[in-house]
Amino acid sequence: MHSYTVKDDEVKILISHSNKQPIYEQISFQIKEQIINGELEAGELLPSIRNLAKELHVSVITTKRAYEELERDGFIHTVPGKGTFVAPQSLKSIEAKKYELLDGDLLNIINKSKVLNISKEELIRRINIIYVEGDRDGNNFRNR
Amino acid sequence: METILEIDNLSKEYADFKLDNVSFNLKRGYIMGIIGPNGAGKTTTIKLIMNLIKRSSGEIKVFGLDNLKKEKEIKNRIGFVYSDINFYENFSVNNNAKIIANFYDNWNWEIFYAYLERFKINKNQIFKDLSKGMKVKFAISLALSHDAELLIMDEPTSGLDPIFRHEVINILQEYIEDGNRSIVFSTHIISDIEKMADYITFINKGKIVFSEDKIKLLDTYRIVKGGLDILDDTLENVFINITKNKYGFSGLTTNYSKLYEKYGSSLVIDKPNIEEIMIYMAGGNI
Repeated sequence: MHSYTVKDDEVKILISHSNKQPIYEQISFQIKEQIINGELEAGELLPSIRNLAKELHVSVITTKRAYEELERDGFIHTVPGKGTFVAPQSLKSIEAKKYELLDGDLLNIINKSKVLNISKEELIRRINIIYVEGDRDGNNFRNR
Repeated sequence: METILEIDNLSKEYADFKLDNVSFNLKRGYIMGIIGPNGAGKTTTIKLIMNLIKRSSGEIKVFGLDNLKKEKEIKNRIGFVYSDINFYENFSVNNNAKIIANFYDNWNWEIFYAYLERFKINKNQIFKDLSKGMKVKFAISLALSHDAELLIMDEPTSGLDPIFRHEVINILQEYIEDGNRSIVFSTHIISDIEKMADYITFINKGKIVFSEDKIKLLDTYRIVKGGLDILDDTLENVFINITKNKYGFSGLTTNYSKLYEKYGSSLVIDKPNIEEIMIYMAGGNI
């Protein structure tokens, strides 16, 4: 399936239409990631919801929802008439948000493990193996 | 935010069909797709907005103005694309445009010629020699060239190839980027709705089934599947519509979290797409 990219100086968003995750979540997740890993810095201007929608070929309501979630979670703030900016993040909140991003995926893995009768110890052992293998292969694929 | 289109309890009675108490609104800056089976009332609704046919009852406001009392002013600010395109067959593109241009205060030739260029239409070509796709492109160019605040399009992309549909969608998304303009279009091509509509109005048998924010719609419903062994009347009542086969049932519901609590992983809970929501809501079998 095709995907679209927006590169507004700093922001990078890749949408996948074959991904089961709703498009608004893909957008908010990727912006969160870039804020947490420091690619987007506090005070940086983000594209408007309307420009983002046009560039990504998605509906305005989709980008609006993505920004609403980011604003609710304290990642961005909107100044009426000026635009939307990356909100300042404390180190502590960045640490907490890192784990928040991970927890959803972990929960899926844990639930699946339970269905497959894989014990907690077995799961942790598995993570250790794949973590090392991934490093060795230079594997940087992202599986969402 | 300002409401650009308000339709209130609109009805139109024909001998064999009734558009029945239709109500919905659209805000400025957004795109609404009207979907529904053939003969559901999409075109009737659009024709009533444009006052091309006489309504039986109800009220329509465009830009906050009554569509009957202020018809002329409203139409000046609307760009319209009909599904059956009617122009002078033996006139050139340019001469057809001249006739249309006369109706609009804000007609802008520069914008019109820019669209022709973008669509690769020769302004001297005779209308009847244009391909079907070109005729639609011409009609869209006309609709976009007088600074209309509201575009109303009756199946603008039907019968067109995917590449052209994509091009149209891009242009329409550009058109509303400033946040001041809105688009209402009818279609039965679900992928067009999925790509560009902010709001979806589903009409079936002359009635509104839903008129809703697309994201909310996709978030609200789930398709729940399970074995026939757990299916009793109480469970069946949770579903808006349910279909059964030899191996299990499958139903559309908003109450999926309760079901998950009770039945857990013995159920499959899926997010439906717009098409699936439509089919279940229309009472069809999947």
